[in-house]
Amino acid sequence: MFTIVQKELNAFFSSLMAYVIIGFFLLLMGLCMWIFPETNVLDEGYADMQTLFRFSPYIFMFLVPAITMHSLAEEKSVGTLEILLTTPLSLTYIILGKYLASLIIILLTLLFSSIYYFSVYCLGSPPGNIDTAAVIGAYMGLMLLAAVFAAVGLLASSLTKRQIVAFLFGVLTCFLLYQGFDAWITLQTWKSYALLIAQLGIHYHYEALSRGVIDTRDLLYFASMTVVFLFATGLVLNYRT
Amino acid sequence: MSLLGINFMKHMIFPIEVNQLYKRFRGQTVVHQLSFQLARGQILGFLGPNGAGKSTTMRMLTGCLRPSQGTVRVGGYDVSTHPQQAKKHIGYLPEHNPLYLDMYVHEYLRFMGSIRGLRHKQCLASSQEVIDKCGIAKMQNQKLRTLSKGYRQRIGLAQALMHNPEVLILDEPTTGLDPNQLREIRALIKEVSHDKAVILSTHIMQEVEALCDQVLILDHGKMIVHDTLAQLAAQSNGRVVVEFKELHLGTMLEQINGVQWVQALSENKYIIDASRDQDLREALFHFAQEKGLTLLGLERQKSSLEEIFRQLTVPCEADPEGNLNRESSV
Repeated sequence: MFTIVQKELNAFFSSLMAYVIIGFFLLLMGLCMWIFPETNVLDEGYADMQTLFRFSPYIFMFLVPAITMHSLAEEKSVGTLEILLTTPLSLTYIILGKYLASLIIILLTLLFSSIYYFSVYCLGSPPGNIDTAAVIGAYMGLMLLAAVFAAVGLLASSLTKRQIVAFLFGVLTCFLLYQGFDAWITLQTWKSYALLIAQLGIHYHYEALSRGVIDTRDLLYFASMTVVFLFATGLVLNYRT
Repeated sequence: MSLLGINFMKHMIFPIEVNQLYKRFRGQTVVHQLSFQLARGQILGFLGPNGAGKSTTMRMLTGCLRPSQGTVRVGGYDVSTHPQQAKKHIGYLPEHNPLYLDMYVHEYLRFMGSIRGLRHKQCLASSQEVIDKCGIAKMQNQKLRTLSKGYRQRIGLAQALMHNPEVLILDEPTTGLDPNQLREIRALIKEVSHDKAVILSTHIMQEVEALCDQVLILDHGKMIVHDTLAQLAAQSNGRVVVEFKELHLGTMLEQINGVQWVQALSENKYIIDASRDQDLREALFHFAQEKGLTLLGLERQKSSLEEIFRQLTVPCEADPEGNLNRESSV
């Protein structure tokens, strides 16, 4: 399995893809946090990271499928998946290897964004006047959200040979999972089930975590979503063989 | 001695055993009741027209595709129920030789070795060995993208050899190569085959004649021939080429007992097919003697594999057309 992880990471870093993705995220987040008039921390005058945590899911919606889109779709279109399937490596390990590699890239991206945390930390009055615990909780939430998105992206990638289709499908599914359920409950007829439906969506659980409240129910939600999508990926590949 | 031999055969496990294999796609049977086994040191040529089910069968043998029915045993393990153990014994070069083009040659080989479960040291040793064997030492620090087709093919083969498998499955390993590369790849396959069971599919009959010990012909998913090459070649179709000094003997020749049809190559040279697998030379000699003709040449032709293949896979060919085809092959 670690061979696969290593190979995927090598491919990422030797093809500039990883740098582009990390750079893209940092640039967009930098713009939101420091430059754009509506959202920047400086004008708001309050030392927190809400901007980052509010916008990151939307950026991840595009970024994570971009990371995962190639992982299985490319193998399928080139035909290398056929070779992988004839090795003693089981399908589970192939999928987990690919998934872990994507997670590591995302983790790196988030790690770099901690520069912004230190900036805000220093800008606080007095310096250090920031709710660090909440930030850590929110980072965890973001990481978990990305973990689900990566599983979704991987599933999308397993469904098709075309990377662009995998990307678009991934983006759409991530968006629906994040926002779709919230939109659903605004429909009049479903009002009475509002809470139940909201709890199905990622947004509800992410909000809870980004407040800094680490609830096992939310953790369980993210974990089970990830497992479900990875399992579905396995089923798709298994069906194809 | 022979008794010993039989006992030995009974207990010997063939590296690859295929038993009553079926594959159905959407109600269509693509592979139909395929059974064969192959011993070490043997090369099996897998022939068949396009769409006969060769690649499908190969993908089933390697565990890429699940059979609808029947079993494939590799190294004594069932590929469907014990894929992990069985797959350790398989080296596979798929059709079109897919590669990770962004990898370096040595990196790719080590990666393949490592996912096949070789330890780091084994991997290094083994990659060095296959690099030497396949003659790619000069290229080992290049990216796969930069290599020519012949070298890519060698790397595909090298990859399949990394874990020194008992069974080597090569799906059209020589398509698209130039004649020199073709010869090199064939020599390489021959060289590595001495302790392995090799199955290779191809469209080139000469290749089968040059390389293989056994031939298996598939048509519409059915096995129509499985025999050793020597046996197939011995099955002459009783064709004789005869040349007389006298001209225009066609009609007289047709009357000889056992002659199925006669075709004139020139005014005094004919191709004659026997109705059964019989040798016509004697009859022709006596015929010449009786009629006082001068026999200039009399030769029995061995049917080439290509002919056998065509005869077996194009059964409903019209006779005149068949004659035409035969003419062109002479």
